[in-house]
Amino acid sequence: MHQAMRYTSAMAAPGDVATAAAAYDGALAPRLRSRLPRLGTIAIPVLSIAASLLLWEAVSRSGLISERDLPAMSTSFQELWAMIKTEPFWAAFAHTVEGWAIGLSLAAVLAIPIGILLGVNDFAASAFRIPIEFLRPIPSAALIPLLFLTLGTTLKSEVFLATFGAFWPLLVQTMYGARDVDPVAIDTARSFGVGPRERLLRITLPSAVPYIATGLRISSTVALILAFTAELFMGTPGLGQLVNQAQAYGLTEQLYALAIATGFLGVAIHIAFSALERRALRWHPSQRSTGA
Amino acid sequence: MAPRLAGRDLVSAQPLLQIDGLGKTYGSGDKAVQAVGDVSFAIDDGEFMCVVGPSGCGKTTLLKCIGGLLRPTRGEVLLRGRRVTEPPEEMALVFQEYSRSLMPWASVRNNVLLPLRHKKLSRAERNRLVEDSLAAVGLTRVLDRYPWQLSGGMQQRVAIARALAYQPAILLMDEPFASVDAQTRADLEDLVLRVRDEYGITILFVTHDIDESVYLSDRVVVLTHAPTEVKEVLPVDLPSPRDQIATKELPDFASLRAHVYRLIKREQADAPPVEVAVDGGTLSA
Amino acid sequence: MSARSYRLVKIGAEIAVPVAILVAWQLWTAHAQSPRFPRLSTILTTFQDMWLFSQFGTHVVPSLERVGLGFAIAAVAGVAIGIPLGLSRVSRAAAMPHIEYWRAMPPPALLPISIVLVHSIGNEQKIAFIAFFCLFPVLLNTIDGVRGIDPTLIDTARSYGVPRHERIRRLVLPGAMPQIMAGMRTSLSLAVITMVLAEYFSSTSGVGYVLLISKNTYQLGPMWAAIVLIGVLGYLLNVLFILAERRLLAWHRGWRAATS
Repeated sequence: MHQAMRYTSAMAAPGDVATAAAAYDGALAPRLRSRLPRLGTIAIPVLSIAASLLLWEAVSRSGLISERDLPAMSTSFQELWAMIKTEPFWAAFAHTVEGWAIGLSLAAVLAIPIGILLGVNDFAASAFRIPIEFLRPIPSAALIPLLFLTLGTTLKSEVFLATFGAFWPLLVQTMYGARDVDPVAIDTARSFGVGPRERLLRITLPSAVPYIATGLRISSTVALILAFTAELFMGTPGLGQLVNQAQAYGLTEQLYALAIATGFLGVAIHIAFSALERRALRWHPSQRSTGA
Repeated sequence: MAPRLAGRDLVSAQPLLQIDGLGKTYGSGDKAVQAVGDVSFAIDDGEFMCVVGPSGCGKTTLLKCIGGLLRPTRGEVLLRGRRVTEPPEEMALVFQEYSRSLMPWASVRNNVLLPLRHKKLSRAERNRLVEDSLAAVGLTRVLDRYPWQLSGGMQQRVAIARALAYQPAILLMDEPFASVDAQTRADLEDLVLRVRDEYGITILFVTHDIDESVYLSDRVVVLTHAPTEVKEVLPVDLPSPRDQIATKELPDFASLRAHVYRLIKREQADAPPVEVAVDGGTLSA
Repeated sequence: MSARSYRLVKIGAEIAVPVAILVAWQLWTAHAQSPRFPRLSTILTTFQDMWLFSQFGTHVVPSLERVGLGFAIAAVAGVAIGIPLGLSRVSRAAAMPHIEYWRAMPPPALLPISIVLVHSIGNEQKIAFIAFFCLFPVLLNTIDGVRGIDPTLIDTARSYGVPRHERIRRLVLPGAMPQIMAGMRTSLSLAVITMVLAEYFSSTSGVGYVLLISKNTYQLGPMWAAIVLIGVLGYLLNVLFILAERRLLAWHRGWRAATS
């Protein structure tokens, strides 16, 4: 007959096994994984970046793609470094950020209230469904000539373009968010006599926040693209205008340096708004975990 | 090495499945959790063996190790004398969450076909196996439906049919009826017994339902809480065929059941204090 | 108000509002007499003149070709690269810095470079440009879709000894398809945008080119006709895609409905 159970000091509580098993399977949400990044998690991406930069250098220097068309990695970064030390670069940078920020803000100020209204009010949503469906797919880029001929090559054009483009994704996401409210929560509130304004503020709005955060992430990217586009095509001051000039003067190295810089700006914006989105999602009731 | 069998003669033929000193620890260092401590038992050909233990004692981990889905930290599993390192061909697994083990984009037919596609069979043979196994579980007209169009009990039948079509020597079932209502559970229990008789397969059935474990099995393995070990192996000498009413009226059933219950209760009482997490509205124990 | 009459009023509004907007446009432009905002009727006649069908072959076809090929390449590549990346944590860790950088890069920043690298402003340059940027929504969504597949399903397949290529073909790909389709939808609208940008920047044909020329020659009629066309193209492509998606993902809708 088998011996009686052995007591060891490291007795596992019933819940521990399930947690450990889940973590083992890798199905665990990121926040429960160890906060300290293991060496491997940093090493691989870093090595990967280093390898690709070296590849760039090799391809260019070896003449696989002529250095005229593809300046070496070192050359491009040197050019970038030189540019960063000049005032005109930062002036242009500031202009781009300005256009982007105003465009995004305007889009938010318009899209969020309208989106909430359309999400909450089914009738309004139906009434405006067709106009939205038709206006939404129009690439803002198509409006460039119109803006050129009406508002001219000013900040106003850039902002209008950025706003128009950033408006639609944010509107759609906000609508989804306002519509996606848990009906049980609303019914409960109503049964307690909570009025419509309170319900909007305390239930609908908070429930829509993660969607709005997602919409902002998408819109922030769109707004940057359009601000830059306006500068590139219309010559409004900014990084896009610098690219235009570099191209006109055949300064390939500057083209690459500016592309790198613009990429970093894009990454910075993306990281910032993704972090915002993650925080908003984490806080949302549906995402809060219920233990192991 | 003499196999360590629990409570059974060594005179009979080699057991179909042998578990020797199986242990599984997740993680390492001070974050290590020992799910399975030291488990040893053996299953004979054609036997219906139930494994029952307190909640959270690592039953699923144990089953996954036996099934070759997880590599044990210690010990070994022998199927017909051969070591199990990856899911063996003669073994089939049926999970508790039937809805998550069936492909929602495929019809019932294609779901049951999945394990057969890589076997060397003709199309006619495959289709015959599919139809036969679905008939064996009492489903004949749902071949072209989607799993989510069926009830929970029917979905679990499809999962069982899939296992049968695969023609395994041994069927591992991980609390397969825990997610269905009591009435359906009784039907499915009888189905599994019938299938075992028809197909002559061996079954290793993990459950937390004590009544079920006694009703279905030839032998019951009672586990301790984590780190899991075998507390006792109980022969179940109830007459066959089992019946939901007649068998459960027998005094032997009551005493067996009570015995298992007491073993489990004692295990639960001896377990370390449980943290009751009140987060987001559910209590985890 | 009864449910039935509410529905009728709703449908009425759905029709009335767009009509009202169009009528308002017509009235306002007729009254304002601004050369930059022609009357709706003028725009429609110009539209019909140009695109149906005199300049259809010269400009609409090349644009559609570029969008079609660029999108197709991006879709196939995105799925082909996304599946192995979704399955392997190591390769994902190596690829992620690159993916995160390029997906955040504003496409117009690379327009001059694309011309320099490809040495031309022909179709290849445009298609390469479109394909490159449309890759990322599909790629990222494929990775997410693959990672989101229920591990129970994979365990089941493994326990039945289903070989890896079969698992990918019958489990991973169909399982990730809803997410992949979502990514492709984004890519499709991105394809239209990048097509317009690329043609507007440097081209000798296409809708974007018409946009540029009409701006340069101050021809407002064709300009508006081009704007409307671009909107219509985007809308139609989206509708076509939704129809395809509906057929491919019929199981997904049913499954979602049954399990909610």
